Amino acid sequence: MLLYSSITKKVLMALAGLFLVTFLCVHLGINLMLLKNDGGRAFSEAATFMGTNPVIKSAEIVLFAGFLLHIVFGLVVSIQNRSARPVAYAQGNSSETSFFSKYMFHTGIIVLIFLALHFCDFYFIKIGLVAPPPGIAVHDFYSRTLLLFSTPQYSLFYIVSFIFLGIHLNHAIQSAFQTLGWNHSKYTDAVKLLGSVYSVFIAIGFSIVPIYVLFFLNKV
Amino acid sequence: MNFTLKIWRQKNVTAKGEMVSYDVSGISADSSFFEMLDTLNQKLITTGGDPVAFDHDCREGICGTCSLYINGRPHGPAKGVTTCQLHMRAFKDGDTIFIEPWRAKAFPIIRDLIVDRSALDKIIQAGGYVSVNTGGVPDANTIPVPKEKSDAAFDAATCIGCGACVAACSNAAAMLFIGAKVSHLALLPQGRVEAATRVQKMVACMDEQGFGNCSNTYACEFDCPKGISVANIARMNREFLGAKLFSEKERVIKESL
Repeated sequence: MLLYSSITKKVLMALAGLFLVTFLCVHLGINLMLLKNDGGRAFSEAATFMGTNPVIKSAEIVLFAGFLLHIVFGLVVSIQNRSARPVAYAQGNSSETSFFSKYMFHTGIIVLIFLALHFCDFYFIKIGLVAPPPGIAVHDFYSRTLLLFSTPQYSLFYIVSFIFLGIHLNHAIQSAFQTLGWNHSKYTDAVKLLGSVYSVFIAIGFSIVPIYVLFFLNKV
Repeated sequence: MNFTLKIWRQKNVTAKGEMVSYDVSGISADSSFFEMLDTLNQKLITTGGDPVAFDHDCREGICGTCSLYINGRPHGPAKGVTTCQLHMRAFKDGDTIFIEPWRAKAFPIIRDLIVDRSALDKIIQAGGYVSVNTGGVPDANTIPVPKEKSDAAFDAATCIGCGACVAACSNAAAMLFIGAKVSHLALLPQGRVEAATRVQKMVACMDEQGFGNCSNTYACEFDCPKGISVANIARMNREFLGAKLFSEKERVIKESL
């Protein structure tokens, strides 16, 4: 993989990234079912469907491959980028480029930490690697989610992680299009705008659930 | 005008360099940045010091030789100009000005502010040309070229190869330079013939030289003295992907034949 050319690496990263971006939308759709005031029935049904449907289960393998590809290439590319300038400038770069675009590695690492924790909290329990907390059934994602979000610290960490994911996506979406060569005088501005809108949508969308659980659920 | 200069001094490629502080006074606001440095060097020579080495040639913004990283930006704070076209009126009296060489693994420092940019030449040698003699200037319209394509090719061809894109890039990537060279040739019929092999050879050479990867921060476009657009990078990516995916396998001719 190290032998792939710089552009090939970036293209594979971009394709994996765009795939992950579409997955986020599906995940968000299921999360928002928690807002339905039916004791978690809709959410649990969707979670069961996602956990048992054979098509979804095979798509899950592709999804993990996508994550792995994006993370591994992200690390390889970042290491190469850092070694391409062994001696730093005394006066750092003050070019007026988008501020967050220089911190893709950092925001990516924060999201990766979140992902690791998210796996421990949900996926490892689902596949039986980790025992669920006492009093909660293995497949009861609804109670598990409510329990996690009832602690303000976890909710805050969750929201902050998604703010960083939003920052990551804000640059990532238009960047992926550029890397794939889709820069066009008619459409590039629209791609940049839609990428930003989508990143805000994802950050707010995922943050709604912990805010709802913390402040509104069973409080009215 | 008076300035405090913080300049990178380094004896040779292996020596350890450091930032050294100098004061210059009585500089005219209308003098160019190099005239200001000439004044400093004259002072250093007369006082028995070692003049600061820096690259310069035409001093009219077209040769691409000058290469100073001034206050965190290649070619300094003025947009769309090379260092030689930068004037001291772009600064305030009493300013401290940081002057550094281009920093990249692919650009080793020869002395002080002079870096070796032959990595860019090697990329051109790898394929940035048309191999056949295309003859003299043809009669108008013998080879039809759409106006938009000729304009885009010319815009890309304004690249003077100074390396500001590499210096500006947080990853020290040379993608804008190669994007411009690939685009300039691929957009015209004479260059189109070898487009697929050219882009692959040039990108392979770029990787060998130790440049970083593009992360689309677009600092290169912002700091390019010729305003080369990052659309050229996207075009190169398209050319590269198309060439990798669709070009035929290279035929091997057996030596015994």
